[in-house]
Amino acid sequence: MTGEIGLSIRGGVKVYPGTRALRGVDFDLRMGAVNVLVGENGAGKSTLMKVIAGVETLTEGRIEMAGREVQFRTKADAVKAGIGIVFQELNLFPNLTVAENIFIGHEPVRGGIDIDTASQARVTRALMARLEQDIAPDTPLDHLRVGQQQIVEIAKALSQDARILILDEPTSALSTAEVEVLFRVIAELKSQGVGIVYISHRLDELMRVGDWITVLRDGEITGSRPMAGVDIPWIVRAMIGEKTREFPRTHAAVFGDEVFRAQDITLPRAGGGYAVDHVSLSVRKGEIVGLYGLMGAGRTEFLECVMAQHPASGGRMFVEGEPLTERDVAGRIARGIALIPEDRKRDGLVQIMAIRENLTLSSLGLFTRLMHLDLRAEAAKALDFVKRLTIKIASPENPVSSLSGGNQQKVVIGKALMTSPKILLMDEPSRGIDIGAKAEVFRTMRELATQGLGILFVTSDLDEVLALSDRILVLANGRITGEFPTGTDAATVIAAATPSYKKDEAA
Amino acid sequence: MTALVAPTQQNWLLLVLRLRTFVALILVLAYFSVMAPNFLTAANAVIVSKHVALNALLAIGMTFVIITGGIDLSVGSIVGLCAMVAGWLVLNGVDTGLGYTVWFNTIEIVGITLAVGIGVGLINGLLITRLNVAPFIATLGTLYIARGAALLSSGGRTFPNLGGSEEMGTASFPLIGTGTLFGLPVMVWLMIAVALGAHYISRRTPLGRHIYAVGGNERGAALSGVKVNRVKLFVYAFSGFCAALVGIIIASQLQAAHPATGETFELNAIAAAVLGGTSMSGGRGRIFGTIIGAFVIGILSDGLIMMGVSSFWQTVIKGVVIVLAVVIDQAQSRLQASVALAQEAAASR
Repeated sequence: MTGEIGLSIRGGVKVYPGTRALRGVDFDLRMGAVNVLVGENGAGKSTLMKVIAGVETLTEGRIEMAGREVQFRTKADAVKAGIGIVFQELNLFPNLTVAENIFIGHEPVRGGIDIDTASQARVTRALMARLEQDIAPDTPLDHLRVGQQQIVEIAKALSQDARILILDEPTSALSTAEVEVLFRVIAELKSQGVGIVYISHRLDELMRVGDWITVLRDGEITGSRPMAGVDIPWIVRAMIGEKTREFPRTHAAVFGDEVFRAQDITLPRAGGGYAVDHVSLSVRKGEIVGLYGLMGAGRTEFLECVMAQHPASGGRMFVEGEPLTERDVAGRIARGIALIPEDRKRDGLVQIMAIRENLTLSSLGLFTRLMHLDLRAEAAKALDFVKRLTIKIASPENPVSSLSGGNQQKVVIGKALMTSPKILLMDEPSRGIDIGAKAEVFRTMRELATQGLGILFVTSDLDEVLALSDRILVLANGRITGEFPTGTDAATVIAAATPSYKKDEAA
Repeated sequence: MTALVAPTQQNWLLLVLRLRTFVALILVLAYFSVMAPNFLTAANAVIVSKHVALNALLAIGMTFVIITGGIDLSVGSIVGLCAMVAGWLVLNGVDTGLGYTVWFNTIEIVGITLAVGIGVGLINGLLITRLNVAPFIATLGTLYIARGAALLSSGGRTFPNLGGSEEMGTASFPLIGTGTLFGLPVMVWLMIAVALGAHYISRRTPLGRHIYAVGGNERGAALSGVKVNRVKLFVYAFSGFCAALVGIIIASQLQAAHPATGETFELNAIAAAVLGGTSMSGGRGRIFGTIIGAFVIGILSDGLIMMGVSSFWQTVIKGVVIVLAVVIDQAQSRLQASVALAQEAAASR
């Protein structure tokens, strides 16, 4: 650990419309070391890294390298300065070969005309040897496992002489063996003097590879120190503060009968094993059950099984004790299941349709006689839900894309509620909305539960699951690994969510 | 309210842009009325509307398909195939192979031919939904298959003399393409009926709403309980229905069926839909917009003919108009989005 500072940010502020993602951040990146970055979803980790990688620019503040101020207007500027980033979502081309992927955008050319495939292959082979991988340069990328693809991404960054390498949740899709390889690669790069930024939710992993740790909360740095002497309670305190934000019940919790039960739900994973591994759970009327898990734990996949998105899934489900036999979404909605998807843009809304049309999309049957749609009744119902959920809009006829994230989320909730569900499934209900809107969404969830709705929400936000749940279930590697009552402390929940690797291998 | 310097001016611009196809229609009408003296006469209006009716019928079916985010290249071939089917039935009946031939009357022939068109449309729909073939490729395939079948039916020859006969109950067959009702050609009435029906479906039925939702966000629609595959089957079947209707009208009008009937009709139908404001990326479009689009194209070509403009220039002008329409469409959606954004930003404050 040399500890020489290779890059630093002073007073970094980043403002997005409606939110301040970074509020005066001072960050030092040390060379020849692993700089670990932790924080909840939305704490600003990704924004900070995007700023360093030139994908975003700071609203205020400066970036310095070797004592001199630098400005990265584009990703190319950052690459030139020796900064490489491996995003959580891989940016690769499955239709091209490994070598083509590594050199995409900076292909070596002969005489300015054709691609020098020989040198491309030679450099790729050298990179793969450096990374201890037995991957031929002309292997099509889609023949590789996800873990190997991740290695290709790293090779891509290294091929551009990256002196600083940012890894955003690199292990979320890796098997245990692949994680070990990655750690060896990291150790080797470190010894070559590369400065590594390592973002992860898996605290045991961070403790193992990290040399320096920086904790972010709500866009501010709440802790920064060498890793020696750091323990999980210290990290958790820095991550979520001494006191969690609370959304207390206004009424005493009254739970009714069981409204939803899932038994032995399975979803096979491509290439063996299960993405959802015999999950059983139940939700009672008026109960909010929080399903906590890290990236890749199988949370979203489980909800998709419930919503009939995976024909290959197995297991049985019951609504109010009656078996759920419907095989399509419309049938399951009719039985009282409603889903609020994680990705509003992709799954939740039809962006170019009006607010009204989005609200009523799942419940057009309410206004239809024979084939005829009663537009007046539809408009009245839409307006009613706009008022009930206090959605702030100018006109229900405007396209839903013109709304802010929080209001869009309320439209999605409104659409789900209009189907008169018995059980509400919410996937990351506060993703991508600001703190004020978050509190309002949580308040809405509380109210709905008080009215007798069963709510099952999944989240990777520890704060959220602790504050909202009447009961906490923890999911790891597709299995339920813990069940806790409300009031459980954070460290216990985290421990259940990150079973150690040894245990995995035995299983 | 600071961002909106001149909201009224902006709203006016938006209104003009929204009604742009209509504005274009008025402009071409006014232009040809002045330039071509015989243009604005009742007799000419009937002729033009007959030309427009066929393209408009195809374009109505095409509009639904494009709104779902698809494309139907096979309509021209379905026109040809259905013209041949109708011609065959009028001329030859169906040989049962048992030593006697079954003959059909006009209504039965129309019914069978429409069923053939719907059937080809359903094949398109099944290829796209069940076998996951891209709409462009699936309908390109049926374009060739249907055209080939039309050619095979007669060995490439024309079925002549489709005048029909009292005896077989087919004497009324020519009326579909040549008859008039209350002063308007029957085919124009057919266009009006199909347009009204399609408009009703698009605006006042759950099916119509689902068509827009599928085109706007297929995954989101599916997760909202929309039966995406059924919606797609419907739009391709409906497009096949419209094409069959056009095939029948043409066979009836000419009292002859030629296997090359309807070649490149699909392109004119797409042009009318796009000119009428249908977005090729799906989710947006209106039946009445398409009808006006068809009229603009029809009036443009007939007017230019009457002015004696070379047909080569006509082709160029048509192309320019279509590209222009799409450019203006882009400007309108950008302006509309920014107005809505400003309104909503003000409301959430």
